[in-house]
Amino acid sequence: MFAWTIYLSFSGVACLMALKPEDVRSARLVAMVTSVGGLLVALVGAGQFNPGAGLTTVAKVPWVSALGLEYHLAVDGISVTLVVLTGLAAVAGVLFSWNIEFQTKRFFAFYLALIGGVYGVFLSFDLFLLFVFYELAIVPKYFLIAGWGTTRREYGAMKLALYSFVGSAMILAGLLAAYVVAGATTFNLVELAKFPFPRGFQMWAFPLVFTGFAVLAGLWPFHSWAPTGHVAAPTAASMLLAGVIMKLGAYGCLRVAMTLFPLGLHDWASPVLGFASWRDVFGVLAVIGIVYGAMVALVQRDFKFVIGYSSVSHMGFVILGLMTLSVIGLSGAVLQMFSHGVIAGLLFAVVGRMVYDRTHTRVLDELELLGLNRALPFAAGTFVVAGLASMGMPGFSGFVAEFQVLIGAWKAFPTLAVLAGVGVLVGVAYTLRAMQKAFFSASDLAPTSAELAGAELAGAPAPALEPVGTMGAMGSGHVGPSHSVAAARAGEWPERAALGTGSSGPGHSGHGLGDISIPERLGATLLIALTLLIGVYPRLLLDWIEPALHSPLMEQVLKAGDR
Amino acid sequence: MNYGELLNFVAPETLVVLAALGVLMIDLTTLRGSPHKSRMRAGAGLTALGCFAAMGALALTPATTPAGYLGGMLALSPLTGLVKGVLLILTVLTAVFALESQFTDHVGEYFALLLLATAGMMFLASAENLLMIFVSLELLSLCLYILTAFHKENLQSAEAALKYFLFGGMSAAFLLFGLSLVYGLTGELELARIAAKVGPGGVKLDALFVLALLLVVAGFGFKVAAVPFHLWAPDTYQGAPTPSAALIASGSKVASFFILAKVLMAGVAGAQGSAAVGSLVQGWAPMLAVAAALSLVVGNLGAIAQTSARRLLAYSAIAHAGYLLTGLLATDHREGMASVLYYVTTYALTAVGAFAVIGVVQEKAGEDRLSAFAGLAERAPWLSFCMLIFMLSLAGIPPLAGFFGKFYLFKAALIGKGPPAAPSMGLFWLILLALAMSAVSLYYYLQVLKQIYVRPSPDDAPAIRAGALSKVTLAVVAAGVLLLGCFPNLLLRPLLEAIGG
Repeated sequence: MFAWTIYLSFSGVACLMALKPEDVRSARLVAMVTSVGGLLVALVGAGQFNPGAGLTTVAKVPWVSALGLEYHLAVDGISVTLVVLTGLAAVAGVLFSWNIEFQTKRFFAFYLALIGGVYGVFLSFDLFLLFVFYELAIVPKYFLIAGWGTTRREYGAMKLALYSFVGSAMILAGLLAAYVVAGATTFNLVELAKFPFPRGFQMWAFPLVFTGFAVLAGLWPFHSWAPTGHVAAPTAASMLLAGVIMKLGAYGCLRVAMTLFPLGLHDWASPVLGFASWRDVFGVLAVIGIVYGAMVALVQRDFKFVIGYSSVSHMGFVILGLMTLSVIGLSGAVLQMFSHGVIAGLLFAVVGRMVYDRTHTRVLDELELLGLNRALPFAAGTFVVAGLASMGMPGFSGFVAEFQVLIGAWKAFPTLAVLAGVGVLVGVAYTLRAMQKAFFSASDLAPTSAELAGAELAGAPAPALEPVGTMGAMGSGHVGPSHSVAAARAGEWPERAALGTGSSGPGHSGHGLGDISIPERLGATLLIALTLLIGVYPRLLLDWIEPALHSPLMEQVLKAGDR
Repeated sequence: MNYGELLNFVAPETLVVLAALGVLMIDLTTLRGSPHKSRMRAGAGLTALGCFAAMGALALTPATTPAGYLGGMLALSPLTGLVKGVLLILTVLTAVFALESQFTDHVGEYFALLLLATAGMMFLASAENLLMIFVSLELLSLCLYILTAFHKENLQSAEAALKYFLFGGMSAAFLLFGLSLVYGLTGELELARIAAKVGPGGVKLDALFVLALLLVVAGFGFKVAAVPFHLWAPDTYQGAPTPSAALIASGSKVASFFILAKVLMAGVAGAQGSAAVGSLVQGWAPMLAVAAALSLVVGNLGAIAQTSARRLLAYSAIAHAGYLLTGLLATDHREGMASVLYYVTTYALTAVGAFAVIGVVQEKAGEDRLSAFAGLAERAPWLSFCMLIFMLSLAGIPPLAGFFGKFYLFKAALIGKGPPAAPSMGLFWLILLALAMSAVSLYYYLQVLKQIYVRPSPDDAPAIRAGALSKVTLAVVAAGVLLLGCFPNLLLRPLLEAIGG
């Protein structure tokens, strides 16, 4: 059943390639049908899935028998959780890309290829196959960002592609070594995990593969692709990037690095610089990521950079959870993957689609003057909910997940748990700051929607934005590049510059910014409902995740946690 | 000697040579005065016909010659049949894509030389005798020098040919000197007999023998454009007419790597030595390892700075020679041979395709600078998509053939002699370097794709249109690269069966 998520996505790509480039509506329709189809398949599969049964094989056929490669798809509770997340993120992403008019067909073709690759990674239990899908997801990301992105898009896209590729080169080196050492007969995860790799081998292979995957999970100090990539990406791509791509990395850390080389987590012969094991090293890096990401988010001028750095911070919790090596910490980590996937998707949707596509600025100092809580009440409301969820307010999924991670961490590394708690506090601060500045600040200074509408009717083009632009240019460092890029792009493609304003013409709505469209409302509702659902009833996912953590595959990992 | 039997064995080569003569004759007689286009079509058509006839003959002629036949001058095996088939396919592709460019009035001569080069490659593939190897290699090289110089109005073409010729002549001298030293030391010309004399109890691996090996490696290193014998490659790739460059990058690569693998693995296997960390042993393996490492670094870093698509491909070819040399280091020669042939075949297909796209663009835009490709996706979506496949395959992105090829090479280099296959991680340093460099390579392949897919086309950009035949052929090549990546067994199984053992 699950395998159809992959096939559907790639047949969607094939359908799109057959379309005419002008046929924007059909392209959207194909993307929508494919991603909804994928979600339905994932949900039906999840409904049939029996968590107690352990690893359930979906497909298993020999692929290259001379090398022992298999086309082996299987699921356990962790994969099911992430496959469902992918389905949801894909649907939400299509909804928030409804306004893409430039090369729509190609946009969605890359988009669906990316989704197909992501499904593939979560379903593969042959490591070669997993790696194939993993790399398959890198290239579409590059084109989505470089082709449809904004601020410094070519730079952001290339940086992201190179970081990912360096990470995957590390992974391939580690996997190749494991394959050869185990006799070069199989890449099956379950069988390789049974092979008694020498301790010395695991001690270098584990950090190699773990770091390779952790690059994509945004582990500090390999995170710097994440903020620039997120900011440069078009809305749907940032949603996917934060929502599922970073999860690929975290999933790989757990599924491949930790499962394959559990001895690599054991203590070294002697401590080095106060670290007793790789576990300590990655735990500390994760906490640095949590605190650092939050601190940096606190001082950003660009709204999207705030969310970009917050992703680094929240993904730190996932890595920290993995390093606790306890059931509660690990299940918290998986839950956090799901939760952050939903919440980050929502935040990027508000910033990228609802706000930026209408105002054409993301500079907080400029947004401050627009009084967006009155102009875009729906966006403001959504951001408040998403912000609360992101801060870890009880009742939302983020609370359950981060709380579990912190409990796990408290047992494993008490000091780090306290520091991570500080990170949570800073998280509240940057979220409130961004919320305040973007939506609720000085709204009495801003022109009301009636004034805006009046000015537009009088024929002055975009009166609210011109003064803002000049003021911003004087005030903040971020404005220069973002504006010059916007201007350059407007010169390159007049039709693209008109893209955002298409929905905000004067006749369209009462104020200059345009109403929040139906697809946006649908997408936001979907994601808010999800974070609430999991926040109130986390058992829904924990019933899948926990049995998977007690499976024989994870036995060695949990054992490594008993110091 | 029975000439009837010999003719039976060399029927494919004979057909290719006959086709060469036929093309020459028809173009100089009946087609004299016809429009250029129809002469090109006739030339390419006859070339393809000759190649297809040769493929048919390959399928019908006996696949193996008796052991020691003609002193190894002609040693047919299922493997040489397979390699010759690949070479013929590459020639057909080159001839078809030649229709897209106009660079010469001497149509008959061009295709005749193309076919003679092919005959040289085919003889090279089945040669197991030092003299025959040298003679076929010279036949191939001389044809390639002329093919490079064929664009007479283009100064670059002449310069490229001169450079190629001077370097080539020098390296031929090296090779001949090396081969003569091998002959002098062993007293044999046939690879199998040389193999019996090299190794324990045979010829000592003294300074003279090492020098002989070094000269042989240098001579072949030139043919495969491995650093430090690579200097001709960028200029030749850039200056040569597109189809000539495509042949140099594809068919000539396949034949040269095959013969290099055969000489090393079948001839002087006893002097392999080892480049493994901690167990360095004198022999040809350390030389190849050094050349491989240098090629990987110089090729990949050099490609970053290129603004010409062809020079970029040239540096990428140098880098790919580095990956291929890694595969030659395998201690399990069956795996080594299979992985090198898989990689070089898929690489050659990709390179021919990439040159075809570049050729079409260059013909219309007048230059091959990367900026000429800006916005190609809007002007020629189909060509662009094929280029996407080729570039990503060269970068080693799954599920394309280049990825599986790389993986298989690395595996072959790491795995020890079996069965049961024992791990030998001694070459892991080279694999790590190769992986790191492949991460670098993604950067410059993406530079090409960035122009095609991300940058908008300038307003005055010329329309890019390829002929229907080229489009279909390109699609077939692209589909082949995709299929061989998704189902490597399509090529791997015949290869392993042909190698046997």
